[in-house]
Amino acid sequence: MRRVGTAVVVLTALALVVAGAAASSRATPAARSASPTKISIWVGWSARELAVFKSVVDEWDKKNPNVTVDLVGSTNDDKLVAAIRGGNAPDVASSFNSYNVGTFCSSGAFIDLGPYLRKDHLSVSMFPAAPQYYTKYKGIQCALPVLADDYGLYYNKTLFKQAGITRPPRTISELTADAKKLTVRDSKGAIKVAGFDPFVGFYENTPERWITSFGGKWTDASGKSNLAGDPAWSKWLTWQKGLIDWYGYDKLVRFQAGLADEFSASNAFEAGKLAMNFDGEWRVAFIQAEHPNMSYGTAPMPVDDAHPELYGSGYINGTIIGIPKNARHKAEAWALVKYLTTNDHALAELSNGLRNVPTTKSSLTSKEIKPDAHFATFLKIFGNPKSSTSPITAIGAAYTNLVQAFVVKWQAGHVSNLQSGLANLDKQIEAQLAQAGKGNVP
Amino acid sequence: MSLAPVAGATASAAAPATPAYDRRPGKRRAAWRRRGLVLLLMSPWLVGFIVFVGYPLVMSAYLSFNHYDLVSSPRWIGFANYRYLFTVDQQIWPAVYNTFWMILIAVPLQVLFAFGLAVMLARARRGVGAFRTVFYLPALAPPVAATLGFVYLLNPATGPVNVLLGHLGIQGPLWFQSPEWSKPSLTLLSLWGVGTMMIIFLAAVLEVPRQLYESAALDGAGPWQRLRWVTIPSISPVILFVVVIAVIQGLQYFTQAYVAANIAQGQASQAGDTPVGLGYPEGSTLFYPVLLYEHGFRYFNMGYASAMAMLLLVVAFAITLVIVSNSKRWVHYSGVR
Repeated sequence: MRRVGTAVVVLTALALVVAGAAASSRATPAARSASPTKISIWVGWSARELAVFKSVVDEWDKKNPNVTVDLVGSTNDDKLVAAIRGGNAPDVASSFNSYNVGTFCSSGAFIDLGPYLRKDHLSVSMFPAAPQYYTKYKGIQCALPVLADDYGLYYNKTLFKQAGITRPPRTISELTADAKKLTVRDSKGAIKVAGFDPFVGFYENTPERWITSFGGKWTDASGKSNLAGDPAWSKWLTWQKGLIDWYGYDKLVRFQAGLADEFSASNAFEAGKLAMNFDGEWRVAFIQAEHPNMSYGTAPMPVDDAHPELYGSGYINGTIIGIPKNARHKAEAWALVKYLTTNDHALAELSNGLRNVPTTKSSLTSKEIKPDAHFATFLKIFGNPKSSTSPITAIGAAYTNLVQAFVVKWQAGHVSNLQSGLANLDKQIEAQLAQAGKGNVP
Repeated sequence: MSLAPVAGATASAAAPATPAYDRRPGKRRAAWRRRGLVLLLMSPWLVGFIVFVGYPLVMSAYLSFNHYDLVSSPRWIGFANYRYLFTVDQQIWPAVYNTFWMILIAVPLQVLFAFGLAVMLARARRGVGAFRTVFYLPALAPPVAATLGFVYLLNPATGPVNVLLGHLGIQGPLWFQSPEWSKPSLTLLSLWGVGTMMIIFLAAVLEVPRQLYESAALDGAGPWQRLRWVTIPSISPVILFVVVIAVIQGLQYFTQAYVAANIAQGQASQAGDTPVGLGYPEGSTLFYPVLLYEHGFRYFNMGYASAMAMLLLVVAFAITLVIVSNSKRWVHYSGVR
């Protein structure tokens, strides 16, 4: 028994030593090496999109003969954090969205790029407000934006013409009327073509992307979660459920279940099964590649009838890029990050290939951007001063997941009192923030 | 899969008494050498156990008292994670309910189904090999692939099951898309894959001495009575083993729920995106391990996930203890009084 006790003590001591050994790192601009260097970069893109990204990285590679770049695609935040912990982090890492910037910055997983920006006399004011916001947390600029995503309305011009609709809807009531007009059912009432699908969880429909159309805010003036206090939330949810109930919840679920994968060539909008769809700017490139002859248009998302001034704005998020704390070649990594995030030529090339929004203010009007009427809509949304993003917190995407879980119940008709449900949601978000952020129970 | 724990119980009964301690130095040295050799031979297992079980267990217990985001150093916060777990987190109890649903409904069904298959296969006269292969084959399917297959089969709109039901004039359920049907759908998937359990039962059923059946038959016992009074008591140690393993697996139920929720939700994600909507629909597939994973690896809240893991360990241990201690009443080890 004593031996077991000794073993436990030894193991505990070992655990404490290992746990305490994690040293914090502070970013100080490092000088570039004179000898040949190999750096690695991890990105989320895959297949066609990865090839586009590679062509831009190759351009930089050619200009920097001393450096060889090893590009790895299809990564995500889980893999990245595991690699940082395991000491195998890449020199440059990117994430498809900014949800975890709060964790990356506050934990030191990504180094502070502030000193590097200052050394090279660069200012983040070269980016619009939203990307500036979602790449830093509590004053630490641990990431930079490289291409952004914003969201708008795609509409099928052929189906619009058949229904006698002449222009895309601009308000929620117009959207509702058009959606009903464009919906086609079979003799048993099953949906054949849906005018518009507002179901949260379907394709790109998430609460954070939707609430901008109603001008909703996440927090009150003191920074506390305020979904119950801001009437925009209940207004959006009441409208959303109203439209779902018009279709019939069961019928809509059955219809959705029969639709193809969002990122396949049979995407429901591309296949003509959705007359209008809420989607990101990248869909322009997908349609170009998969259905070049499709007759469609793009427009900003319709907005709450009471807030016509919001029309033209939208939700913005985007790919972020940074340097992990245990990157081996930080100076070379910074040179590549700087090129990808601040060089208008690189951004234009990426934007042309991926049809993502370029992220510097100057690149938005770059002559190198290939003109495309469909894509121009998203450039305008990105530049709109009322466009916004969701809060960066210490709990990453946990709060949006809580809201989404609630909305999924709500739209199924399993929330009896919306207002008290939202108030309880506020309580949960605050509790989770307190628990994960500080480790204390409120 | 080994039946060692069950077999070991019979072996221990026959173990010789420990010899008296020998005070002679030569013998003592020999005894130490023997122990050294035993330790040396055991070392691969010992090292594996310490590195892969002991250390993670101790570390997990330590981290459960810390705030730990996986990257910066853990910060001691005492019982805060446990207080949050028991008094604040509203997702815990639905996750506990879902997990117990699987243990109380899916696990007994799995055991009964596997046992029923084994009894039928043991009686088969022709095509024994073919039948055994057919019923065992699903166990070889990787869980992710099997789940994808079932989500396809049970697609409410285009899945073959609902299409077939439609031809019969029945509107099939929403399966993985409905909170009422998602767990039954996962149960169907688990029943389809009971091959391993079935093989264990089959081996045990075939081991039951023929003469027991013959004497029972001579005493006038019918098929049901032979099953009830001969087969089941004879294989009761194996039933205990299978039940304990199935309950522990039920407590750790993860892969199928994770895959089914993501695919059924219909929100495709690009390779670089982290999937959202675990527990879809309406949290009905948010099992305890899924929630644990979400906190640990998606919200980078590993301290809290460790506290959840500790609770899971205690509950798994307690349930196993209850089953094993109750088993004395219904498990019969042949040759042991």
